[in-house]
Amino acid sequence: MNRFALILALIATPALAEGPDTQALERLVRQDCGSCHGLTLRGGLGPDIRPKALSHYEPEVLQGVIMDGIPGTPMPPWRPLLTEAEAAWIADYLLNGATQ
Amino acid sequence: MTALQRIFGGAAPVARWATPPEYFRNGERRGLAMRSAIAAVALAMCATGVTAQDIRATGDLGLVVERATGSLVVVDQSERARIGRIEGLGDLSHASLVYSPDERFAYVFGRDGGLTKVDIVEQSVVGRVMQAGNSIGGAISDDGQYVAVSNYEPGGVRIFDADTLDMVADIPTGGKTIGLVDIPGGRFVFSLWDQGETWIADLSSGAARITKIEGIGTNPYDALVTSDGRTYIAGLFGEDHLTALDLWQDTPQPQKILPGYAGDREGLPVYKMPHLEGWALAGHEFVLPAIGQHEVLWVDARSLQETGRTATHGQPVFAMARPDGRQVWVNFAHPKNDTIQVIDTITKDVIHQFEPGPGVLHMEFTPRGHEVWLSVRDAGKIMVYDTQTFEKLREIDAESPSGIFFTARAHRTGL
Repeated sequence: MNRFALILALIATPALAEGPDTQALERLVRQDCGSCHGLTLRGGLGPDIRPKALSHYEPEVLQGVIMDGIPGTPMPPWRPLLTEAEAAWIADYLLNGATQ
Repeated sequence: MTALQRIFGGAAPVARWATPPEYFRNGERRGLAMRSAIAAVALAMCATGVTAQDIRATGDLGLVVERATGSLVVVDQSERARIGRIEGLGDLSHASLVYSPDERFAYVFGRDGGLTKVDIVEQSVVGRVMQAGNSIGGAISDDGQYVAVSNYEPGGVRIFDADTLDMVADIPTGGKTIGLVDIPGGRFVFSLWDQGETWIADLSSGAARITKIEGIGTNPYDALVTSDGRTYIAGLFGEDHLTALDLWQDTPQPQKILPGYAGDREGLPVYKMPHLEGWALAGHEFVLPAIGQHEVLWVDARSLQETGRTATHGQPVFAMARPDGRQVWVNFAHPKNDTIQVIDTITKDVIHQFEPGPGVLHMEFTPRGHEVWLSVRDAGKIMVYDTQTFEKLREIDAESPSGIFFTARAHRTGL
């Protein structure tokens, strides 16, 4: 499902035909999501976003949260800075890949 | 013999080697006596401090947090150099620290809830407790007796004996605490993110007496106190103003400052929360980062009325007055965190803009402000600049450096 969404997103974004720069995205998650959620993603002013804490999210919903934020909370919309494909990669990374 | 006695200033060590134990034969006694004499002279030289090159005063030292590796770099301001490294401090991803009054020890507050006491002279960890699950910063009391830590999980403030790191007070708040500072009178002040309150904990009697002030506003995200301990300013995420308290009043009343500063303008995304610090006073005005607007806001320190605004390159994170107040240096949230702007306090104009490198996380001025040290995380460098000429003076290697803390902070209230 995740991969499918990612592939769809990639197809829809011809400029990123080679796929997101995963190293840069992983760095973004650790360092910049980490500003609020902690470098280890265990939470800070923002909540814990390790896989267990996010397990109730469908990947597409999480991708939407990343892109559009959560109004009324400090979670900002990342749409000005990320493509859908990149947000999809981050959602998948948070749900499955972030091990630490 | 008399010369040695003069050096030793007493007969005791001489007597010891002059009468060696019976089980040494004569020749050995002489050799032992000679070696003992050399050792005793060396010992005496150490004890009287004549080997000054081995002693390092701490007044111009500092510590730089290496956020990814859980370590601290010990730096020397005058030499513009790193002189050591202290390891084993856990998760320092949002770490800060305070200094003991004698500038020998630092108390380091790690994101993982670790409170670590380090000895700068010995460059070693001398105490460490895991005091919570997730913490955000701390403060040390004016007398140096107590160290307070602000915690997200479990929410509240815990206070420790500065010598032993034994807990002396636990102040649960039922939510995240932010903006913890020390003020005179053995007191700490902090705010509650969830409840919008500010609490004052008075430790002067040895036990914590709490005063609660309601109505600070929605979601205070950080706060500062002036170096006289009088004015406490909380920044609000959830409302379009900041809130000030006059802590010289018996019952401080929340006062709105900069009400409606964003007005009808659309709130811009905040990719990193600004920090409020005791460096906000530039001359007779506070300079404060706006939230959701790319500007810094100027407020008269007495009347708390707005005196101006300066448009900036991005969402300001730190707006720090140089110690003399003549300039304000500003860094920015992602994705503009490669840039620094310098603002002139009189004209409120940006007079200099430059890009030190990727991820400029923190700035620290030398105590009188002739230099500023920047941590440039993704370059793996600490960069030292002249604040008059803006010339780069030195680069110092460090692993993902973040906070820079010079020991002179030991003598400032509210840092």
